[in-house]
Amino acid sequence: MQYMFLIYGNEKAEATTTPEEGQAEMQAYFGLNAEARAKNVYVVAEALHPTSSATSVRSRDGKLMTTDGPFAETREQLGGFYILNCKDLDEAIEWAGKIPGVKHGTVEIRPIVDFSAPQN
Amino acid sequence: MRSTYDIIEQTFQQERGRVLATLLSLLRDIELAEDALQDALVTALERWSTTGVPHNPGAWLTTAARNKAIDRLRRSQTFQRNQALLLAQLEATAESEDEEMLQPDDIPDERLKLIFTCCHPALAKEAQVALTLQTLGGLTTPEIARAFLIPLPTMAQRLVRAKRKIRDAGIPYQVPPAHTIEERLDAVLAVLYLIFSAGYSAASGDDLVRHDLCEEAIRLTRVLVLLLTQERGAGAATEANGLLALMLLHHARRYARQTSVGDIVLLEDQDRTLWDKDNITEGTAILQATLWLRQPGAYQIQAAIAALHAQATHADATDWQQIAALYGALYRDFAPTPVVALNRAVAVAMAEGYTAGLKLIDQLEDTGELTDYYLFHAAKADLLRRTGWFDEAFSAYQRALSLCENSAEKAFLQRRLSEVEQQMQA
Repeated sequence: MQYMFLIYGNEKAEATTTPEEGQAEMQAYFGLNAEARAKNVYVVAEALHPTSSATSVRSRDGKLMTTDGPFAETREQLGGFYILNCKDLDEAIEWAGKIPGVKHGTVEIRPIVDFSAPQN
Repeated sequence: MRSTYDIIEQTFQQERGRVLATLLSLLRDIELAEDALQDALVTALERWSTTGVPHNPGAWLTTAARNKAIDRLRRSQTFQRNQALLLAQLEATAESEDEEMLQPDDIPDERLKLIFTCCHPALAKEAQVALTLQTLGGLTTPEIARAFLIPLPTMAQRLVRAKRKIRDAGIPYQVPPAHTIEERLDAVLAVLYLIFSAGYSAASGDDLVRHDLCEEAIRLTRVLVLLLTQERGAGAATEANGLLALMLLHHARRYARQTSVGDIVLLEDQDRTLWDKDNITEGTAILQATLWLRQPGAYQIQAAIAALHAQATHADATDWQQIAALYGALYRDFAPTPVVALNRAVAVAMAEGYTAGLKLIDQLEDTGELTDYYLFHAAKADLLRRTGWFDEAFSAYQRALSLCENSAEKAFLQRRLSEVEQQMQA
């Protein structure tokens, strides 16, 4: 089944990393991508611009309202994601442990709904 | 004489966990497995009332429940591709077995998988406890709700959510692989110990459901020990054995811990002839055989402490020196928590003198970690009382009373407070 891995981290703290540290982290992500592809679990992965670039949109009574900023102000912000194809949650937890951001932030695992599977 | 109904009821209780575990390995859906088993139990009750309980009730129930699952899948309104596959698999194997022909050995015991699924760290701790009691213990939702003093709808909701999460998040039905089993086993042992503790610290001895929790925890731990040893060897079961020994040695004191009116009797004041000798003999033997394997752990150390208490024929004969050393090792190697430090301080007080213990208590107080823990203030008050510092003891008992929420323990603290007050006036 497919799982989405939402990578949360503290943007403020991440902004203070040195170029060397940033490079090392990028290399770690490239390594993870290669491993996930080689093991045939990779579906997609992307990094996101900081929440300062976020725009939130809602429609009420047919009127579109657009505001600056993320959906919610939180201590850690969504910075990127993976979608991987895993056998079960245990395998997904193992992959989550390999995502470089797990060392300073939090990785949230969300199973993706399979519309061909039985629903309630 | 026992009625057929009682025999059937008892058979259900004994077989339920194992049958459910087997069904789950076929169906991979707890809700479907439970519904199918429920259907099978209804049929069994009708059938067995006239024919008697079959030679092998577990196999009978497993086969019947599988057929009920097939019925349910066939009738299902929202028939999906996955269900079609499952139905085809079930039908392919359904005719090959005669329910009366099955021997117990033909059906592997899958309960170890079920224990690890129920105690998966992706589930909340309270959900792990409730699920384990329901699926393996065979307790009903109202029984579990009563045992944990939680409203029935809340408990029902908690169980439904946990089962859906197991299915939707893909929590596997398996014994974890070698590289994660140690960590995952810790979670299982914690759940079993929580079940035991909930029964052990129950407010009153007449609440049968809570009292039974201890027996249930012991029964489940026995199953865990047996299956872990069979599947992974004795070396994988040392801490599970340690926990089993610990439970048995504590459970041995159940008739001595409270008076007939529910007043607490402290360990040193207990009538030791009331201790259950069978529990003590078994617990001690399990502990000794386990220590022999030389893989120490937190539960084994706690069991060793309980065994030292059990060996003392009267309170004065307690080997406090050894107990203090064991608490020291527990703190140093496995559980550096303030509560373990508190227990060590009390043991040191008994072994080396109250002032030595009070010195450690003062150090603990300075950390501020136990400020709101009533047992800290109760232990401090007790040492101050023994030393003869009644004024300080009085205020420590007052502090303990203001933090304690258990009625039996409150009554005990109140008694002590009055005693100290009399001493102050004398």
